[in-house]
Amino acid sequence: MSDATLHSAPPPAAAPTEAMEIRFRGGGFVAKPHRWMAPIVFVVLIAFIEIGTRSGFISSLTLPRPSDVLATLVQLYKSGQLFEHLVPSLTRLAVGASLGSIVGISVGVMIGLFSYVRAGLVPVVAAIFPIPKIALLPLFVIWFGIDESSKYALIAFGTFTPTVVATYGAVDNVDRSLIRMGQSFGLSWFSIVRKIVLPGAMPGILSGLRISLAIAIILLVAAEMLGAQHGIGAYILEAGSLYDLERLFAGVVILSLLGVITSGAIGLIERRVLGWRT
Amino acid sequence: MDIRLDGISHYYGETEVLRDITLDVPSGQIVCLVGPSGCGKSTLLRFIGGLERPTKGAVLQMGQPPEGCLNPLTYVFQDFALLPWRSVRGNISLVLEDHGIRGAKADKIIADVLARTKLSDFAKALPKQLSGGMKQRVAIARALAVNPAVMLMDEPLSALDSQTRELLMDDLIALWDRQPFTAVYVTHNLNEAVRLGHKIVVLSRRPGAIREVVEIDRPLTERSFADVDLERTQKHLWTLMREEARAADEELLDV
Repeated sequence: MSDATLHSAPPPAAAPTEAMEIRFRGGGFVAKPHRWMAPIVFVVLIAFIEIGTRSGFISSLTLPRPSDVLATLVQLYKSGQLFEHLVPSLTRLAVGASLGSIVGISVGVMIGLFSYVRAGLVPVVAAIFPIPKIALLPLFVIWFGIDESSKYALIAFGTFTPTVVATYGAVDNVDRSLIRMGQSFGLSWFSIVRKIVLPGAMPGILSGLRISLAIAIILLVAAEMLGAQHGIGAYILEAGSLYDLERLFAGVVILSLLGVITSGAIGLIERRVLGWRT
Repeated sequence: MDIRLDGISHYYGETEVLRDITLDVPSGQIVCLVGPSGCGKSTLLRFIGGLERPTKGAVLQMGQPPEGCLNPLTYVFQDFALLPWRSVRGNISLVLEDHGIRGAKADKIIADVLARTKLSDFAKALPKQLSGGMKQRVAIARALAVNPAVMLMDEPLSALDSQTRELLMDDLIALWDRQPFTAVYVTHNLNEAVRLGHKIVVLSRRPGAIREVVEIDRPLTERSFADVDLERTQKHLWTLMREEARAADEELLDV
């Protein structure tokens, strides 16, 4: 019997008690802010490419020299062409994305609130979500014409579906006990929606908007690649077809910056509007 | 305004949860509902406030609610149910706004209920800044703001630690002493029941039926921390519930 063998083992020799600090094994697994980390990564990456292209172990056909890209950007700014491309792009982005997200949020809230709308529209949204919207561009051109409205429609359509999905998910996640509380105090249906459901869904809606806006930027370029005189997308397409890598990368940098700025703007809104979160 | 529960039975599908409950809640008294977990005491409370419908029987309101009563049947929830994005003040004004009370009139009510719950200094605080006990005081202040005829309290102190619970019990007694209110108080804590209840209704295990109604005549303010008589009553309640509580604990959940 294992019990018996255990007991028959000689008792341990009385060792002198030794003081030992207990090994720390907690901590970690918590995201801490490190403000300087992102700039360092960027600087190291760009410096590496710069050195590589200068010393020649990265051929100029593979990657343009970062300093040349910067020079192209400066020249673009000085010649006034930057705003010639940026203004139409930003207009398309603003009109298309706000159209798509406003309709998307309204439809999402309706799905969240009414089970008939949910039953009817959730499969429809699921059906149109995976369609690559770029593939529909010719269709939009036929429907809305070659000018601006087809571009607005493409961006709006692309932002619409992810916004809907995020919004009804957010409405579903609103604490039901708060809604019961509202009902128990005799609040009207409209008051419950406006004062409890919408603020409660705000965190989810905003994080959905983050994704929708990134998709909007992707679609902006796609839309401008077809029948646009000006715009960042047209600029990139033109540079690409000439294999002008400096200009191509200058355009890409502008898009990246646009993405960082929109994401930062949403971060700011979140901090202002969602300060109540723990 | 009195409340009468008239032959209430309730089923969830095939399962009978409540059986023929008839009970009077006289105005100005606190009626405690105690019973083993799953006996349907919280369900009963939701019937009284009209948040759920019983399968059989009815909840009757006897007489009209007093003048100036905005929401006759008002809940205090176990999880406080405060809107995290509104300040203490905003959480109270939420329930006034729908009755068209804004501005100076709302300020007056809010200042009054905050003073009564000793929260005057915290009007601008957000719920996340408050301790559990303070949150429940805000919820009580919110309930008082609508001047309820009957307060429906669903285990209001169960989410709090025992010290905070003791403090809040004293606060509730002081509130009642200043202005007696009617309340139905659901709890699983027998000590709370004997300290706060004028009438203690013991429910049996599922299907919940009234087993015994214990009345305590001693005024609330004279019930102290370790009172011998109250201890005896508490022991009596526990012997009533003990076996059923054990059985309820060992039951497999199939819902």
